[in-house]
This record gives sequence, C-alpha cells and structure tokens, in this order.
Amino acid sequence: MDITEVPVSQDNKGKKKKNKKAKKKSVSQEGNGESVGVETKEEKMEKSEPAFPPTFSVSEIKNKQRRHLMFMKLKQEKRKQKMQIKKKKKKEREALGDKAPPKEVPKTIENQRVYDETTVDPEDEEIAFDEGTDEFSAYFNGLTNPKVLITTSDRPRGRTVRFCEQLATVIPNAHVYYRRGLALKRIIPQCVARNFTYLIVINEDRKVPNGLVLCHLPDGPTAHFKISSVRLRKEMKRRGKDPTEHSPEVILNNFTTRLGHSIGRQFAALFPQDPQFVGRQVATFHNQRDFVFFRFHRYIFKNEKKVGIQELGPRFTLKLRSLQKGTFDSKFGEYEWVLKRHEMDACRRKFQL
Amino acid sequence: MGDTSRLCSVWLGSETGILKGVSLARKQAFNFCNTSHLSRDQEVRALCWGDPAESELLVGSVDGTVKTFSVEKGAFTETRRCGDPADGCFAGLAVLGGGSGSALVTCAECGTLRVWREDSSEPAAELDAGKNVCRMRPSPVHPHKVATGGKENGLKVWDLERPEKPVFAAKNLRDDWLDLRRPQWVRDMAFIPDSDKVVTCTGYHQVHVFDPSTPQRRPVLEVEYGEYPLTALSLPAAGDAVVVGNTRGQMAVLDLRRGLVRGALKGLAGGVRALQCHPSQPLVASCGLDRFLRIHGLEDRAPRHKVYLKSRLNCVLLAGRALEAEAGVAGATGGAQDVKEEDGEEDDLWETMERVEETTAKRKPTEEEEEVELQKKSKKKRKKGKD
Repeated sequence: MDITEVPVSQDNKGKKKKNKKAKKKSVSQEGNGESVGVETKEEKMEKSEPAFPPTFSVSEIKNKQRRHLMFMKLKQEKRKQKMQIKKKKKKEREALGDKAPPKEVPKTIENQRVYDETTVDPEDEEIAFDEGTDEFSAYFNGLTNPKVLITTSDRPRGRTVRFCEQLATVIPNAHVYYRRGLALKRIIPQCVARNFTYLIVINEDRKVPNGLVLCHLPDGPTAHFKISSVRLRKEMKRRGKDPTEHSPEVILNNFTTRLGHSIGRQFAALFPQDPQFVGRQVATFHNQRDFVFFRFHRYIFKNEKKVGIQELGPRFTLKLRSLQKGTFDSKFGEYEWVLKRHEMDACRRKFQL
Repeated sequence: MGDTSRLCSVWLGSETGILKGVSLARKQAFNFCNTSHLSRDQEVRALCWGDPAESELLVGSVDGTVKTFSVEKGAFTETRRCGDPADGCFAGLAVLGGGSGSALVTCAECGTLRVWREDSSEPAAELDAGKNVCRMRPSPVHPHKVATGGKENGLKVWDLERPEKPVFAAKNLRDDWLDLRRPQWVRDMAFIPDSDKVVTCTGYHQVHVFDPSTPQRRPVLEVEYGEYPLTALSLPAAGDAVVVGNTRGQMAVLDLRRGLVRGALKGLAGGVRALQCHPSQPLVASCGLDRFLRIHGLEDRAPRHKVYLKSRLNCVLLAGRALEAEAGVAGATGGAQDVKEEDGEEDDLWETMERVEETTAKRKPTEEEEEVELQKKSKKKRKKGKD
C-alpha cells in the first residue's frame, strides 16, 4: 500500500525507473478506483502481497520458482504497457488523419551507412573512361560472347557436383568439366585457347561448397568469394519447373562503390548481353551489407498490375574475399582489394560493395 | 592551372594516364591532363623531378615517351620520345645533375638503359642491363651511379661514365638445403645514404642488403617479411629502417640493423605499387591498386591522410618541402613570385605569422579536446556522486 510514500533511496537507475512506473500505476488505479473498487483492491492485494523493500528487483528473489513467476509477471506487465502505448499512438494517428506526422523510419545499419568516398558518380568522366577500357569492355561493346567453364576442386562429392550442374543450367553456354587434378594455372591457357571468357571454380569442404573463384579470361580480373547457404533445387519449396535454355535477364542491385561496380560488371559479363524475353527468367544478384544474394526466378504478368514470380533455384550467398588483377595467381598476383577482417569490418556501418 | 599545380605537394601517376596532384594542406586533388584525350597508352609508369628546385616533373608513359610537366605553368611543356614501345614500359627514370648539363636516364623493361642529352634525339650512351628489369634507381649521392635489377637478373650497380661493366653485380643466394637453386627477382631497390650499401626487395618476400664496398657479393643481411611478393620499398629520412609493401597491401617498417619488423602500417586494401618516404619529415606515402593515396606517420605508424583518386595508381612522388604546409611557404623555391610582389617587405613578417598560426591551430584542438575530456570526466564523477 505504501509504495508511493517511501522515499526513493539512491540506487542504480534501472531500479529507479521501475519505482516510478509503480508510482504511476498506483495513481492511475486510484483514479478509476471508485468505479470498480473491488478489482483494484484485488490487484493491490496482489501487488502488496510480497512485502519487499521499495528497491526490489526480481533477481533478488532466492526461490527459483517464485523468481520465475515474478519475472513472468513483470514481463507481462511490461508487454501490456507497451501494447497500450502502441494502441494509443495508433488511435492518435487515426484521429489526426492526414495531418499525422510521418512515420519514423527505423534505423538500420544500411541506412546509417558511413559515406564511402568511392561511390561512383555516373557522370564522372574519369571513371567512365576507366570502366570503358577495362577488361570487360570487349563484352560490353558486344565484341565477345560469354563462354563459361565450370569446374570444382579435386574429387567433388554429392552436393557440389549437383550445384555445378544446376549453375550450368542458370548460366547459358556453360560447360561443366571434371577437374582431373589439374592445376588452375595450366587450365587457364587452355581455356583462353578455346575462347572461354570465364572460369568458375567451386571449392568444397566436407562435401559442402564453400568457395567460388570467378576468373575472367583472357586477362583477369579474378574474384574470390566465400559461398554459403547453398540451396539446391530439390531442397526448395514451391519451386517452378526446371529452367529453359533461354538466356535470362540479369538484375544487379546495390553495387554502388568502385569495387562494387567492378564486381557487378564481372557478374553481368557472365550472361549474354541480349536476354531472351520469351524465357521470362531473371537472375538476380542482390547486394546487401556486402553479401551478394543470388536468386533465379521465372516471372509472369498476370494482368496489367500484378506479376507472379516463381523461384527456380538454386540460391546461394556470396561474400567477396579478394579481387585480384590478372588471371588466377594467388602467389604472385597483385590484389586490387583484399578483405582484411578486424581491420576493415571494425565499423559495422561501413560497407565495401 | 598554374595556381593549382603550385599548391600540390604529392604527385601521382595513374593507370589511366592522368597525372594527379594532391594538396594536403587544402585537402584537394587535381587532375592534370585534358580529359578528352585519355588513353591507356599514356599510362604513367615513372615519375621524377626534372630539376633539384622541383619546378619540373618528368612523366614516363607506357608508349615510350617522356613528358615534361611544368609545376609553375601547370601544363605539359615538352614531349620527347625515349625508346620504342616495343622495348616494354619504363622501369625507371632519372635525371643526372652532373656538371655537363642535365641528362635523362631511362631504363626499359627489356633492359636497355639509355642516357639522353638535351637537344638530341639519339641516346648519348646505351648499356644492356639484362632481361626483365623491374626497376632502375639512381643513387642520390653519386650522380653517375644507377642500380638495376629484375626477374632472374640480380642487382647491378652501374657507373654511367664507364658503361661497359657494372661496378657491382650481386651473386645469387647460396643453394638451399636441398641443393636447389634459389630464384632471383629484384622488385625494387634503394641506395642507403652515407654508405655504399644497397637495399633490395624481392618477389620472394625477402629484403636484402648488399655492400659493394666489401668483397662479399652475396647479401650481408636478409630479412623476410610476409608471404607475398614485395613490390616497393623506400628509405625514411631517419636511417636504419626501410619501409616495404607487398601485393596484398601489407606494409611494414623493417629494422636494417637487426633484421626485424618494427611495425606494420595498416589501412591499405590493395597491392602497393609505389612507396616514398618524405626526405625530411617522418612520413611515408603509398599508392597502389586500391586507388587510394595513403600517408602514414612513421613514428606512430598511424594513417594521416587518405585520398581517393579514382584510378589505379602506379607511382608517387613527394615534394621536398613540408607536405602539409601551404604553398606560400614553399614558394621561396621560385613559385610564389606574385605573392612576393604583393607583400614586398613584409614577407618575413608573414612567414613568422603563419608559423604562429600553425602552431596554435595544432594546439587548439588538443586543448579543446582536453577540456572536453576534463568535462566528461567531471561529469562522470558527478554522475557517480549522484548515484
């Protein structure tokens, strides 16, 4: 009963707050106490039942079951209050109608992103020239058509083999070859001689694909990705029928920095430049927080407003480890960018792609 | 253009063929070229000062031309062809400041080292430094000495007055414990001032110190750093150390007395292409494939500046004056004539005033910070007291 009366002793803040809340509660209860006296009394009885000192915290209760019970009650109380506030706000908004203040945008680490000075300005002449004359310019000028070789680390097992096969159905003009224990440095000249423009190597660890090397031919660059969350077609729910052989459309999302641009161009150059819209297939590379999510969909226009999509699979996530100038040469190659953990990702709001 | 170029204290050559100047005092970067004529043939491979007063820059391009850039005018004044493009790119470029006028030394990757006198299109002297030369550097003390080295082409020190035979040719390392030949790959070298010694870094992550004054032709000191090829090195003004960088963007200060790593310089994202230490201040500038110019302090090894320059950078050159000083102070070298006209007699006075400003400007923030910190502390204390 006398919760309100007791002078607030000086303790840490959290406890103070609790006390305050308790105060308010009791006051409000007293306010409408006249109409429904019995109920409030009961509540008060419950409240006053544990005669704890005012600076009481649940963790001080020694009995475990009792503590648990009290904690659950406390939680429920808090939740109730929260819901009430929420309802109140909603009502206020409705009452104000159009004049309501705009909803606050939640803080995420993406929209709090630290400004990156390498963000590409599309009107910059110098970068336009740099990109116009880089290794992919032949593809973007329509001089070459992509031809992709997919191989794995030595002795691939179950999932990796299937992943390769499915990747080959996504990328048109892709050929899966068994590695046969060959060194990459010896494969690359042969690929160049046979007019391949890409070499993809999928590495596996304990039967799970975990790395992907994407090497543009004939003269680089080479990107090394960590690959995770591989979901094969068979493991997907509500997937569509197997993809057709039409060349898909490509969507590249959020590759904004200079590094992101080079990576985006590398992904784009994997697919033929003119998509066959008859196939209604889309390959998406979506970058979010430096993770590149790959999805493969088929779409259909149901009517003028609605579009239906159907995932075809496989899906996987890539994270860039390094970008190397020139074809694959991990020993003597020059790296354009290397992920340095604990040095680069010290700030959670700083992104590289 | 001339105004901006006089401000710049750091010069960089990029892969897109643009010469870039950075003014650290104003935190600005400028491009010096007309953007309509960009081409990859102009890729800058070597950069050096044309004269000791640092009023002219020599820019060596991939196509075998050497362009003269006037810092005062802020424009290219002269272009001369030094060697065929078929020789490969420039491995080094230097100016000989000998008694008989200035001469230009160029070295191509195929190994032909040529000396060019002014006003003649034919080389005055030519020598063959062997195949696959990665770098040629002049000696800062002896005007006629240059060092060359490359892949399977050990360090050679040449005297340009006697170009028949190298003054010093390094011997390869001893065979290893399996009696196998050790591969050689000199990527960069530098003459240690106040001695005959030459320090080199190799593609096999070693740093070697050679001493031509002794009969020993093998390195007198060998240091290993990291696991990736070392691409560039530079000697800081304070001796006994060398700064090296490798292809993965790891940079470190190595102690040349004991052969130990003194500390790493962090913050780089991509491979280092060029390094230069400031001739008087304890600063080192690095640039490379990550398109950033970074300047680290050598004492605390902390990054001081980081400038994004949009293209991959091939070479860096620092001005001799204090990097962060305004150009007006350094204008005494010859650039600030108009300033002098305006100020006249009060020149000295202005200089002193500037210096005062600098010191206060440096001190002020620290004092403020301290105050803030003090306040914070007191606040904390107060809080504690309250609680």
